[in-house]
Amino acid sequence: MSEVPNDLKYTREHEWVRSEDDGTCVIGITDHAQAELGDLVFVEPPEVGTSFGAGDAVAVVESVKAASDIYAPVAGEIVEANDSLADSPELINSDPYGEGWIYRLRPESPDDLADLLDADAYQEFVEADSD
Amino acid sequence: MTNPTPLYEHHRAAGARLVDFAGWDMPLHYGSQLEEHHAVRQRAGMFDVSHMTQLDIGGAEATAYLRRVFANDVGRMDIGSALYGCLLNEQGGVVDDGIAYRFGEGAYRLVTNAATRNRVLAWLHDHARAFAVTLREPDEPAMIAVQGPEARAHTEAVLPAGLGAAARELGRFRHTEQGRMVVARTGYTGEDGYEIMLSGSEAGTLWDALRARGVAPAGLGARDTLRLEAGLALYGHEMDEQTTPLEAGLGWTIAWRPSDRRFIGREALQRQRDAGPARDLVGVGLQGRGVARAGQVVYTSLGEGVLTSGGFAPTLERSIGLARVPAGLEPGTAVEIDIRGRRVPGEIERYPFIRRS
Repeated sequence: MSEVPNDLKYTREHEWVRSEDDGTCVIGITDHAQAELGDLVFVEPPEVGTSFGAGDAVAVVESVKAASDIYAPVAGEIVEANDSLADSPELINSDPYGEGWIYRLRPESPDDLADLLDADAYQEFVEADSD
Repeated sequence: MTNPTPLYEHHRAAGARLVDFAGWDMPLHYGSQLEEHHAVRQRAGMFDVSHMTQLDIGGAEATAYLRRVFANDVGRMDIGSALYGCLLNEQGGVVDDGIAYRFGEGAYRLVTNAATRNRVLAWLHDHARAFAVTLREPDEPAMIAVQGPEARAHTEAVLPAGLGAAARELGRFRHTEQGRMVVARTGYTGEDGYEIMLSGSEAGTLWDALRARGVAPAGLGARDTLRLEAGLALYGHEMDEQTTPLEAGLGWTIAWRPSDRRFIGREALQRQRDAGPARDLVGVGLQGRGVARAGQVVYTSLGEGVLTSGGFAPTLERSIGLARVPAGLEPGTAVEIDIRGRRVPGEIERYPFIRRS
């Protein structure tokens, strides 16, 4: 069973979202997603300073198996990308909710975050998906 | 419905991620495909390849039959040898590829792909009607490939005594057998090692004994990156029924001599050879960032080609691929690969990408 921390929000594209005190949020992929993808070997980071709409593809992660888009959970501007992933994409496998974070976004409207899934809802979504 | 191999419970116990591969429940990996890849390159790993199609071919005309259906020439095989080659259609396209093992005067085994199973068995039976041969699948077939620099030593230590000693003496592409167990010094990783064909009831014991010696279970994922680094063709990728061996980097597997051996596909292949094939299989190394994948378009100075295989090469720590491109491109030539709409620079490279002693 994969880990789904209670203090995070989630998307149906298997991203997690952590709201920070400074009004930005940090985004990565879930434990379930990294396990599905297998060993990560390449990350194409999002471009800092670029704005995206909710659901836009902002970055790409490639595993031994396939390439996957990483989406913006809400509309906003990319303010930081995790540079460590260029040399160590495997951080996404070993620590998906910590050192394996992918980027930081400043939401256009913080209220949008309320529409994301909580841990229980995401867990249910994953279980329904794997049936 | 998927079929379990005789080692299915062993895979589950080892924490395998199982996937449906050509109707078989096969391990994709046991946790980390990369670690399994490195285990095979550095030490020893083992693969359950029981899903491969095994067919025993016997009878007075077994040799004549195989000389007709196999584009490599089994007439060159002595007893105890193995030979890689292709089965071709009349157009020279590849029906399947596989290894023939010669056990005796009129006794061979042909091991071909899992994905092509029904089609190739029907094809082989169809052509067998003109020959005094019997085709028979071994009962409850299993096969374990043990590969890596330490693979032979580990395997010899766990085989029945006489068989272990006989295996130690085997040259490359040679085999020895005892009862149902066939030990061949062959593989699909670019590493030394053995492929062992045996009865399904014996497979678990051998698997456990190898595990006890530290041989790492490795899945289909690692098998694919290992064969790609070794530049080994995969049916359905580098070749298929519309592609000839000459267009798949497999010209070396066609035995043109003697010139009066009428193997299926010979005339078409001869015409293509005389005209010069328009396409060739080459190695490609990605120079920009990203991962090249099968199906992506390759732009070259002579026109477009396509990646037949591609991925991240764990040993080389960069992305490589095999590509079918217009003939005439030399290693070192710059190309571009269309990776999801972005043109990424690459170069034609010689393959195998890794070379082992």
